[in-house]
Amino acid sequence: MLSLYGKIFRTGTLTERVPRPVRDEAVEREGEKLKAIVGKRFQGSLAIRQVDAGSCNGCELEIHALNNVYYDIERFGVHFVASPRHADVLLVTGPVSRHMQAPLKRVYEATADPKWVIAVGDCAACGGEFGVSYASCGAVANVLPVDGVIPGCPPMPIDLLRGLLALFSPRR
Amino acid sequence: MNDSDSSRLETIHAKGGEGFSSLCLQLAQQHIDAHAVDPGPLPPATYLELEAAGWGLAGQLACQQGMRWAAAWAEDVGDGLALMACLEIAGSYLILQTALPAEHPELPSQAPYYWAAGRVERSIHDLFGVCFTDHPDPKRWTRHQAWDEKTHPLRKSFPVAGFPLAETPPDSDYPFFKAHGASVYEIPVGPIHAGIIEPGHFRFQAIGETVLHLEERLGYVHKGIEKIAEGRDPGELARLAGRVSGDTTVGHTWAACMAMERAARLEIPPRAAYIRGILAERERIINDLWDLGSLCNDVGFGFGYYQFGRLRELWLRENLTTFGHRLLMDRIVPGGVMVDITDEAADCMRNSAVSLRQELGELARTLDANSSLEDRFLGTGMLPVETAAALGAVGYVGRASGQTFDVRKDAPYPPYDRLNVRVASENQGDVSSRFWVRYKELRAALRLIEEMLGDLPTGALSTPWQTPQEGAKGFAAVEGWRGEIVCYVSFDQNGRIRRYYPRDPSVINWPALEKIALNNLVPDFPVCNKSMNASYSGHDL
Repeated sequence: MLSLYGKIFRTGTLTERVPRPVRDEAVEREGEKLKAIVGKRFQGSLAIRQVDAGSCNGCELEIHALNNVYYDIERFGVHFVASPRHADVLLVTGPVSRHMQAPLKRVYEATADPKWVIAVGDCAACGGEFGVSYASCGAVANVLPVDGVIPGCPPMPIDLLRGLLALFSPRR
Repeated sequence: MNDSDSSRLETIHAKGGEGFSSLCLQLAQQHIDAHAVDPGPLPPATYLELEAAGWGLAGQLACQQGMRWAAAWAEDVGDGLALMACLEIAGSYLILQTALPAEHPELPSQAPYYWAAGRVERSIHDLFGVCFTDHPDPKRWTRHQAWDEKTHPLRKSFPVAGFPLAETPPDSDYPFFKAHGASVYEIPVGPIHAGIIEPGHFRFQAIGETVLHLEERLGYVHKGIEKIAEGRDPGELARLAGRVSGDTTVGHTWAACMAMERAARLEIPPRAAYIRGILAERERIINDLWDLGSLCNDVGFGFGYYQFGRLRELWLRENLTTFGHRLLMDRIVPGGVMVDITDEAADCMRNSAVSLRQELGELARTLDANSSLEDRFLGTGMLPVETAAALGAVGYVGRASGQTFDVRKDAPYPPYDRLNVRVASENQGDVSSRFWVRYKELRAALRLIEEMLGDLPTGALSTPWQTPQEGAKGFAAVEGWRGEIVCYVSFDQNGRIRRYYPRDPSVINWPALEKIALNNLVPDFPVCNKSMNASYSGHDL
């Protein structure tokens, strides 16, 4: 047990702050901007339900990374929830496979208004490598009304932060 | 490779050859027309053509000889269908091939002898219309409601666009297994799960907290990968292969490129092989770190989750600076690789390996001494050695249950044929075994990276592509981080892809989860599932 606490102590706090090297400053800067908007528009708490509608799982890995100690997106008031009933935002990845079309629509209907849909990754944005076929509906916009798009294959965590920011910035 | 290694390999290959000749002989004794094609079209695999009527018998005989069933796939060859199955014994691969008519193709099933063949044959039925006459459980598998049972998407006559309805209905009348009786209840889970995870459905029958039965229903992320592969050029296929399963982008791209290169009779430069090896081991490491952390998280041990997650992020960032992509997508191309390793980058990677090894040692001591982890991992999610052997479980799932097969060691390909590959294994078959096998594999991967960096050959990064002949075929087996990936490609008259079939290790391992969960607590299911971490996308295609 002592070695456990020792390791925690020696590891210290890694959550990044200004000043830091260039890439990390970006996380901090974008994050703080996002936090201000989440504070203003969502009472300090933005709840995201992530839905994989046919992805290769690459986007999920990077969305997960938002929760690691380097990004720690919760400190900006953004958190992932287990039920669409609790969500403000649906973060949808993948081309929408035809087998996931009905489940995805049900999730959308189960999400309370007001709600936003963000298509994450090239496949969700435009069909990507998979396009439209007998098995795939292609872009998320072919199935649901989409409010924001975060392209990339997959988008990196910083791209995801910027994408959220772009959607909710007052400039829009 | 030293002399004792090469003589050992010769012995096991001879053993494989013996097994295949006696299989031929036994089929002949049963009046089944079967003959080995030599040289076969899919080297290094041996190739055996037989009549369709003997398909089931060939499975039965192969099973009796202790061969492992690795894959099956079909191909529309214009005037009919070709069906192939891939078997392995002692590191030698055998491809069985039979011809079927386009109209009413039917033949005996291998599923009565090989558990792993069950779902694969059901999928071949859905996609090609091949009827396996004595299949023990002939329900639909890959097909939900996006096409009807009379049409078969992987027939050449079926258009890529298909005939979809504006809205595909949910597959609500799938005939799940039912259990009845006092205090038996059913828990449907998914397709959409409560976390940031891929979709699939689990149907539990439970009594109190105990799982009485589990049935998986997959196919939700079937997105037509095999169909849209057709007509692509080699570079385009490599990109698609890199998205079969996003966490195995290196593994699947390597397998597809190796199959294409074998079809084109193309040798890649030694430096390219080594860089592929380094990429593959880095992919293994980031996934091992991720799963070790997630396993801790699934039993409420946040410390492990954050520590392993931290180490993983460091390696992802190094992937970005050294190779230009965090997950290493599209770094492997037909003919070689598109990234080089500078001396400076090699030094950085060496340092990262040293520091990760040191951190792992420290973490291992802490984890090993933690009684709450031990309490949740030990004895949970048992996959007995005999069950794993019957399934032919691959990768760390197999290796945690005594199945030591590793393509890198048993059927080595460059650069592993020149490396000292140590295969970690355990015999207990529980979550704890799978956790510690992953830990050991991670350390072995670090050693391999250091060995490859120390011995990195000079020279070109790729060999110029040469268009293969019409009908050229290629077979590849590589060890992805989840286990053995099998890949088959064939080319058309324009040097484009006629058929692509990637067999992710998850295809073999998924059925094990149904057994692993039995008699466990329902709340232990997440950690059982995570300890296998099978791919949905790689399975569903």
